[in-house]
This record gives sequence, C-alpha cells and structure tokens, in this order.
Amino acid sequence: MDDARIARRGVGPRLWLAGGWLLLALLAAILAPLVAPQDPLAQDLMLERLPPFWLDGTEPGYWLGTDSLGRDLLSRLIFGGRIAFIVAFAAAIAACLVGSVLGLIAGYFGGWADRIISRIVDIWMAFPPVLFAILLVAVLGTGLSSVIIAIAVIDWTRFCRVIRAEAMGQSRMDYVENARIAGYGRIGIMLREVLPNVVPSIVALLSLEMGIAVIVEAILSFVNLSISTDDPTWGGIIAEGRLSIHQAWWVLVFPLITLILTVLSFSQFGEALKARFDPVLR
Amino acid sequence: MLLQRFLIRLLTMAITLFGVAVVVFVVIRVAPGDPIAMMLPPGASDADIARLRALYGLDKTIVQQFFIWLGGVVRGDFGTSISLRQDVLGLVFNRLPATLELATVALLMAVAIGGSAAILGARERGTAVEAGIDIASGTALSIPDFLWGLVLILLFGVLIPVFDISGRVSPQLDLPFVTQFYLVESMLRLRFDLTWDLLKHMLMPAVALALPLAAIIAQLLKQSLKEVLDLDYVVLARVKGFSETQVILREALKNAALPTLTLVGVQFTFLIGGTVIVERLFSYEGLGNMAIDAVINRDLPLIQGIVLVFALLFVLINLAVDMMYALLNPRLRHG
Repeated sequence: MDDARIARRGVGPRLWLAGGWLLLALLAAILAPLVAPQDPLAQDLMLERLPPFWLDGTEPGYWLGTDSLGRDLLSRLIFGGRIAFIVAFAAAIAACLVGSVLGLIAGYFGGWADRIISRIVDIWMAFPPVLFAILLVAVLGTGLSSVIIAIAVIDWTRFCRVIRAEAMGQSRMDYVENARIAGYGRIGIMLREVLPNVVPSIVALLSLEMGIAVIVEAILSFVNLSISTDDPTWGGIIAEGRLSIHQAWWVLVFPLITLILTVLSFSQFGEALKARFDPVLR
Repeated sequence: MLLQRFLIRLLTMAITLFGVAVVVFVVIRVAPGDPIAMMLPPGASDADIARLRALYGLDKTIVQQFFIWLGGVVRGDFGTSISLRQDVLGLVFNRLPATLELATVALLMAVAIGGSAAILGARERGTAVEAGIDIASGTALSIPDFLWGLVLILLFGVLIPVFDISGRVSPQLDLPFVTQFYLVESMLRLRFDLTWDLLKHMLMPAVALALPLAAIIAQLLKQSLKEVLDLDYVVLARVKGFSETQVILREALKNAALPTLTLVGVQFTFLIGGTVIVERLFSYEGLGNMAIDAVINRDLPLIQGIVLVFALLFVLINLAVDMMYALLNPRLRHG
C-alpha cells in the first residue's frame, strides 16, 4: 500500500493533530518557567477560586482561574506537565526494554525460557494493576523514581505478551529458516531478522504506554502517593478539583481536558506510527 | 479431554496464586522500608519495635515467615488487620459483595451497550452509522475508566445533578439487609425504593467501568458479525426472507460471539482491577477502596489478604471463561 493511500485512510491528520498537541504540551512543560504566567506555588487568599477568563470576577493573568488556595491553575497545569512527561517517557521506555527483551526471548527461543516467562506474566496479570502500583509506591516511598519504577514493574507485561506472540509468529517464517541455513546464530537471527519486524508493534505500544503512564501517575497523585505534595501534578490538581467540585468546577475540568487530550494523542500517535512503519502495510 | 484440560488449568491456577502470594510477600518485606517502621508512628521506642516484630513473627527469616503466613491462609486464617483490628477474611468478605455487585452491573452494561452497537454497526455496515460507531468506540477505548469517572462526575453530578457521586447508598436510609449483597437483597425483599437508591449510586461508577469494555465488545463483535454475514448459511437465511436484523440475531450472532466471549473474560478481570480507583473516585465502599486505605495505613496483613482475593477472583474468571469456551466450541467439545 503506498503512502498516498495511507494518508487517505486518515493517518495523516490524526498524526498531525495528536503530534501537535503532544508537542505543544511538551514544549510548555520544558519551557514552564518562561511560559507559565504565574508562580505555580504562589498562594494568595485574596485570589482564591477565581473563575476562568470568560466569566465575571476574574483577574488579568489568571487565564484558567485559581484553586482554593489562590494558586494559578494554568501555571500549575504547565508545571504539572513536567512530571507527566518525565514519567511518561522514563516509565514507558523502562517497561518497553524489560518487556520487549523478555518477549523476544520467550517468543523466539520458546521451550523452558518461554514457559518460565509466560508463567511470570500470568502471575503479574493476576494483580489488580492500580492496587499493585499504589502498593509499590507505598513500599518504595513517594518520589519521582518510585513512580517510574512502579509503572515499569507493572506494565512490562504489556510489551512482553505482544512481542512474544509476534516473535513467535516471525520465528516460523521462511526468512528466519533461510537465515539459519545461511549460518547465522540464534541470537544474531533474533536481533537482525526478528527484532526489526516487531519494531512497529513496539513503537505503537510505546506510545500507548506513555499515555497509560500519564494516567497511572495521575491516579497515584490523586491518592496522594506520587511525588512530594508541593510540586503540582495533574492528578494532584484533579484530587483538589474533586474536593471543591461544587465551588470551583474549573479546577477539575481543565486538568481533566488536559489528561484526556494527552491520552488520546498518545494512543492515536501510536496507531498512526504503527500504520506508517508497518512493513506489511507499507 | 475436557476433564484433563480442567485439571491442567487448576494446576496452573494454583501455581499462579502461589506466585502472587510470594510476590506480595516479597515486595512488602524485601523492598527498602521496614514493615514494622511502616506500622508504627515515627518516634516509637526500640522496645516497642522489637515487641511488635516478635508479635508479627518478623524476627524469623523471610522464608519461615512466608510459610507461617501461607499455612494460615490455607486454613482460612489471613491474620488480623493492623489498622482495623479485625479478622482480615471477615473484612474482605464484608466488602467483596459491594465490589462484585458493581463489577457485575458494569459487565452487564458493557455487554448491552457494546452488543447493541455491534449489531447496529453490522446491520448498517459501510454507512455513516458504522463510521460513527467506530469513532465512538475508538474514543471510549482510549480513555481509561478513571477519566470516564471524572467526566461523569462533572456531567451528572454537577452540571445536571441527577445521580449521586459518592457512597454506595444514601446514609439516612434504614437498611434491613442481613447480607452485604445489598442490590440483590433489596430486589428479593421487594424493596425497590432501596434498589433505586443503590442503582442511583452505582450507575456512574458502573458506566465509567463499562465504557472501555463496551467499546472493545462493539469493535470485536461487529468485526466477527461482518465476517459471518458473508457466509453461505447467512445468505440463505436472507434469501428465505428474514430481515437483516433477524438474520443477525437468529443466525449470525451465535456463531460470531465465541471470539468476543473469550476476550470479554480477560477484559472483565481488567474491569475488576479498575474498580480499585473507580471506587475511590466515587467513595464507594467496596474492596478496592478498602485496599487503598490499607496501603495508606501500612496495614500489611489486610493488603496481602485483599491482593490474594483479587488474584483468586481473576484466575477463577479465567478458568470459567476457558471452560465455557471449551463447552461452546464444537471443535474442542468433540476433539
């Protein structure tokens, strides 16, 4: 299938929209001290629960309003994006490395390696993931690295299951047999022949996993178990918004929209990339 | 054949549960952070620490501790909750029914919504209706239950306040129940006023849990239906004069449902996993909400008990789905 037809199937605009939002949010997070209109931690009880800019009773410079401590919501969202993206990239890449390596080994070598790895995956699947994450962070102690480790420890199975199945399928293909006849070693075949063919799946999963990591981080901050409570996080803002929902709906609405756009973008971006890099589709 | 399959599944189930028990036990005890320090308030004296350590058997080696605990579990003794000072098993059984009712209502909703969307999409295949269903299910699938819960709280708790967004039942109501299965019991007692109140509390968390699963059912069942609808026997039914809806409901559905059934089983365990945070979001007094409290309170015996019960639930569901699949699939039944 040529590129023009993929574009007609709607991959193009989806990729651009999703990528555009992610780039915007990422840039805002990186440049947070420059672009945030206010100090995200500055409390001012004179300015508590200001509504967003289109309603009456706003202050200039507080575009999305303030929370119950008078902190600027937009600035908190921008700074919260820093934690969200750090967790998204670090946790997804860590989960991907562990899961893909184990999945490749299980799928390509089969036998005992596969039996042991698959049994571990089964055990992992029997844990409620959110509870597992909360438990791990509680045990490791709150903090950025604990959140990242917890997500990676829980979600490597997502990569492992898919990559195992794909590697298993690939290893039965003729070209793998040809490479074996041509005298390549098993590890060589795995890395040179099988790995490139499972890359599209890995890329798509990686993008999807980044969205999941953002959500898990938000859930952890929502139950107050993510990083230190001072730094703004999207989940932390949501937790506040949930409490003051009848007095200041915007404190819940804006972080929620931010999260939904980010999660949708990561999953759309992943699917679009997969369609673009899939050797079968291409 | 079926019996052999069943026995092998039982064995792997036992191995999985044993593995879960080991992992929970090791995670809590080997990871940095002393469980006793987690239990006591900061500033406890050394004597207090030593006494508590001996009380919970933590002065023994980890392997000894594990088998002492496992021995208790096998006899149905999960220990005593530290924060609530009650028998762990009793606490778990007290909360489990609330979670089971929520998860079951959510599952039924997912099957109803997803099934209707799939049938409608298959009937209207190739039209704007199908495209609309694809977009809706794609969106429903990409947004996790936690976010759906928040959206629903905003829409139907604040903007149009028609449902309750907190708790399992209105606190001012006098409850005549003897079991914890409130919803079932209210219907059996013909107290439909209570049923309605329970449903008003349960509806939004259930929808939040149901939407992603409904989307998966809609996508997969629609795909299977479309494949079946081109087969000869379906064409024959159409020639016989059945309407397209009749063809789908009477002929296509039972043959297209099998792949969906397998998937729904796995996805149902994800749904139950989702109850942990959704119950928290809606202050629903189920097992998941208690689990988060247990973690926050560093209540080790309670955490272990809850995780193990969740794991047992998951493997039982997988077993049930596997057996159902074997019974319904003619190739496996006669093979």
